[in-house]
Amino acid sequence: MESGGGVWRFPAERPLRLDSGATLSPLEVAYRTYGHLNADRSNAVLVLHALTGDQYLASTQPVTGKPGWWTRMVGRGLPLDPDRHFIICANVLGGCMGTTGPGSTDPATGAPWGLTFPVITIADMVRAQAMLVEALGIETLFAVIGASMGGMQALQWAADYPDRVFSAICIAGAARHSAQNIAFHEVGRAAIMADPDWRGGAYESAGVRPEKGLAVARMAAHITYLSEAALQRKFGRELQRDGLSWGFDTDFQVESYLRHQGASFVDRFDANSYLYITRALDYFDLAAAYDGQLAGAFVRARDVRFCVLSFSSDWLYSTAESRHVVRALNAAGCRASFVEIETDKGHDAIFLDEPALDSALRGFLASAAEKRGLP
Amino acid sequence: MREDFREILRLTPAGARVLDVGCGEGDLLDLLTRERGVDGQGLEISAAGVSACLARGLAVVQGDADRDLDSFPTRAFDMAILSKTLQQMRDPRHVVSELLRIADRAVVSFPNFGHWRVRWALLARGRMPETRTLPDPWWSTSNIHLCTLHDFLALTDDLGLRIDACSALSGGRPARPIDPRSTIENWRAEAAVFVLRRG
Repeated sequence: MESGGGVWRFPAERPLRLDSGATLSPLEVAYRTYGHLNADRSNAVLVLHALTGDQYLASTQPVTGKPGWWTRMVGRGLPLDPDRHFIICANVLGGCMGTTGPGSTDPATGAPWGLTFPVITIADMVRAQAMLVEALGIETLFAVIGASMGGMQALQWAADYPDRVFSAICIAGAARHSAQNIAFHEVGRAAIMADPDWRGGAYESAGVRPEKGLAVARMAAHITYLSEAALQRKFGRELQRDGLSWGFDTDFQVESYLRHQGASFVDRFDANSYLYITRALDYFDLAAAYDGQLAGAFVRARDVRFCVLSFSSDWLYSTAESRHVVRALNAAGCRASFVEIETDKGHDAIFLDEPALDSALRGFLASAAEKRGLP
Repeated sequence: MREDFREILRLTPAGARVLDVGCGEGDLLDLLTRERGVDGQGLEISAAGVSACLARGLAVVQGDADRDLDSFPTRAFDMAILSKTLQQMRDPRHVVSELLRIADRAVVSFPNFGHWRVRWALLARGRMPETRTLPDPWWSTSNIHLCTLHDFLALTDDLGLRIDACSALSGGRPARPIDPRSTIENWRAEAAVFVLRRG
């Protein structure tokens, strides 16, 4: 699919203010676009990627050579349609696909930031995205849409920039990270930090990479993306070969699958980015700035049209978390749609063939487009 | 068009903020949006119903009226609608009082268990009634809190609500304004539509 984009470099005079109090400059944001901005500049859709996603939404990922991560949702005749929408997807702050992150060069030292990179938050990521959107000449986005961490960003967008968002879609997201969410992330971070090649985060200057630790982090995380039923259906107790090895080779197909997930992940992802982005997720609690009352986050967003979707077998960001968001939207007097999509595919259903997801998005976007005066 | 829908349409002011509780696949909300330009919001328990609503562009939240009405702020809507759903609620009293906390007016319709066919089925045959408005056998019906016209009237009195209007629906004929206190109407009305306000 035809795609534009590049890297937007903000000059040193336009630093990014961070929640921690630190500032970051110069900021670079890598992004891709699909379709064309209309004359009214009213058809822009910002797609927000998940923890390990990137800006290659619907075009070939240059490292893996694989198709974009949401090709089943973005394309001609699909819910996000470059013939009608100007679709933007930016690599997240702290990421490793071109946007400023711990692997970027610290201008003060000329060396990679590593662990001297400031700790970032979901709101910081959104602030960087808002700078890009403004730089692209877009005052109000027709929609912000994201799943998982992207869904959290969509909620943060509506809370922080209610006048710049016409509609917000949060798929399999949450308004806060639970103790279980934090716990799984801590396992991942511990695995990375236990790898001798991590070198306290300064692996790049040592010419090594903590691939073993990062792979284990991915393996643990990947379990949380699948439901027990999906794992059972895909693998059961099936063996790789006839009979057991009576050793610690990959006897079971599920082991082989996880090892493959871990091994292929390290080719395209950076260990320090993983630490920083998981930390940002753990720090996420949208209600915190509103005395713990989530509805407070949405009071200024009464004109935003919200769509919240969850998956019945998702135990990472469960339906209960989405319901919590919806109740707050109701309490704030926001116009909201919410449905729990029946599936046994777990959190991963975001990327899989789920017709109920498509039809919900199509209907929601079509009615929003009508209100916005878009074709 | 369903006669109760026609009656609710008649009672709905243009541009009103409307909450349809138990909106199913959104037929009524869609009608009110097209014909009255309402700012509509739905609440529906079934995923299939909500998905159908979303696909037709309606703002509907999947939820349980028994549990989720309390999340809506006071007087958020001009009108709340409970169309043939009251008898399926676990706590109808709570639901009715919540409707009138959330909205200035509530339109509530329900099948009248005092209708003569219902009474006849029980009296003459000694069996749970299966009628046009109550078509399912007792073991599969989702109606768990059936009431008569006068039962509902007693509830509105008890909650201190004012009745703005009441009409009877029978056999697909147009709605007919009635005095809900009338004994004969408690025999004649197959279903009733009440328009309620806080007292």
